[in-house]
Amino acid sequence: MPAPSAGTRLAVFGGVYANHRALRAVLDDARARGAARTFCLGDLGGFGPHPDRAIETLREAGVPSVRGNLDGTVGHDRPDCACGYCDPRDLHFSQRSFDYAVARTSPVHKAWLRDLPERITLTIAGRRLLLCHGSPRRVNEFLWESTCSDDFLEWLCDDSGADVILCSHTGLHWWRTLPSGRQVINAGALGRPANDGRAIAWYAELEIGGGIGVSFRPVPYDHEALAREMEAEGLPAEFIATIRTGWWTTCLENMPARERARGRF
Amino acid sequence: MRADAVPEQPLLHLDALWIQVAGTRCNLACTHCFVSCGPDVDRLGLLGRAQVRERVAEARPLGVREFYFTGGEPFLHPELLEILADTLAVGPCTVLTNGTLFTDARIQRLARLSAESRYALELRVSLDGERAADHDAFRGPGSFERTLDGLRRCAAAGLLPIVTVTRHGDDDPLAFAERVAAMLRAAGLPRPRLKLLPLFRLGRADAGAPETLAGLTDFDPTRLQCSGCRAVSSAGVHVCPLLVDEPAGRMGDRLADALVPFPVSHSACVTCWVSGVTCANV
Repeated sequence: MPAPSAGTRLAVFGGVYANHRALRAVLDDARARGAARTFCLGDLGGFGPHPDRAIETLREAGVPSVRGNLDGTVGHDRPDCACGYCDPRDLHFSQRSFDYAVARTSPVHKAWLRDLPERITLTIAGRRLLLCHGSPRRVNEFLWESTCSDDFLEWLCDDSGADVILCSHTGLHWWRTLPSGRQVINAGALGRPANDGRAIAWYAELEIGGGIGVSFRPVPYDHEALAREMEAEGLPAEFIATIRTGWWTTCLENMPARERARGRF
Repeated sequence: MRADAVPEQPLLHLDALWIQVAGTRCNLACTHCFVSCGPDVDRLGLLGRAQVRERVAEARPLGVREFYFTGGEPFLHPELLEILADTLAVGPCTVLTNGTLFTDARIQRLARLSAESRYALELRVSLDGERAADHDAFRGPGSFERTLDGLRRCAAAGLLPIVTVTRHGDDDPLAFAERVAAMLRAAGLPRPRLKLLPLFRLGRADAGAPETLAGLTDFDPTRLQCSGCRAVSSAGVHVCPLLVDEPAGRMGDRLADALVPFPVSHSACVTCWVSGVTCANV
């Protein structure tokens, strides 16, 4: 049996949500760990403060990004975020977050956001990777771990011609190797904690060589400084509590029972 | 398209397979039931465990994402828990129930299934508004309190049921949701989950006014839930869970017969179109 070849290391994250402090911490971590390439799965603004700061950090670092639902709707000054929520309370908070992002994102960055590609495809070590925001078929589809059958994920891979699907949008990270050997990796959200009581950022690290290794990297950052910025900007106390405590307080009604039970609210 | 033509809705992908496991059998006889179910109603029979397995097996090569169990009242089915265990090995399952038949033994088994399964097990419990008087007017005296009792005992066992609430009138959705959540917290559910539904116009709730989608010029093929679902009952395969009891909704004997586009000619199609609502959890 041949020795496993040294793989290509990728860093992948989505859901920056204007958390420029977590973004810098993650980019530093990926660089320190020798990631050959870094990718963003969209949703640059919304939720956090000063959306231009995260966009500028990402653009300066030359990190390619796909277009999340928020990037399209902020970029085009649409009336709502198109996150796909249906609960009135979730809609109320997503609207507050969206209105702030539209008001505070500069025109030059809006133009950049709306021109982001819907997907990025690349081939590494013979594997076809597809990077998208929600799912390959819909920018705001929620791919939760507990509500995606293997059969459905196999179909998504068939339908999109991918060996590895990388997605975000739900805000919670997970990954699965399917019976066919193909993989689906939800990188979760960088800018919001993973609803587990830890006020940190997460991203996915892929090691692609003879096989594919996937791990999720926890990255501490100065969340207290971010929370203070959010207070100064008058953002909702519920969002600030999430940044400080690591527990989600909003956008909970689309979450399935399994994932919901792990949280506090 | 002719000006009076009814749009045809293609099945874009089978996201949800609805399984009318309890047929039209129900322990309640709600005045607004869209399938007009009740204790002595057997137009649609129970689906046996083997029949459900067969239907699930038909759906798997189509890449089905999730399964919904409905009726009638699914907990009247003597094999429901075994059927859930079978199906949870394949994909996520949701049971739509009136919440009045949660014995402690059933709740314990549901909690175990939920904890041991790879996939989500959702319980969806229906309430008609936030007041016992409204709910009981539709469902019979005492049913509101029985449903709340079932919900409380689910919560005590660590289950997080989704409470589906039918909204009447022009109430502000946020104010309504907050009032219902507050009522449920006061009733002993520390973490209520909500899904709001409009009142549908079919079965006993049909107001009778014929309206159609004929001639619609901006038909969006992703808006209606029949772009992503089919329903199976003892009578065959139907376009969606709302039209299992309507002759026009039946598409064939097997799922393979029901993959063709569906002309959206029913008055319920208008409600779906106008409200953008889905019977799915989200």
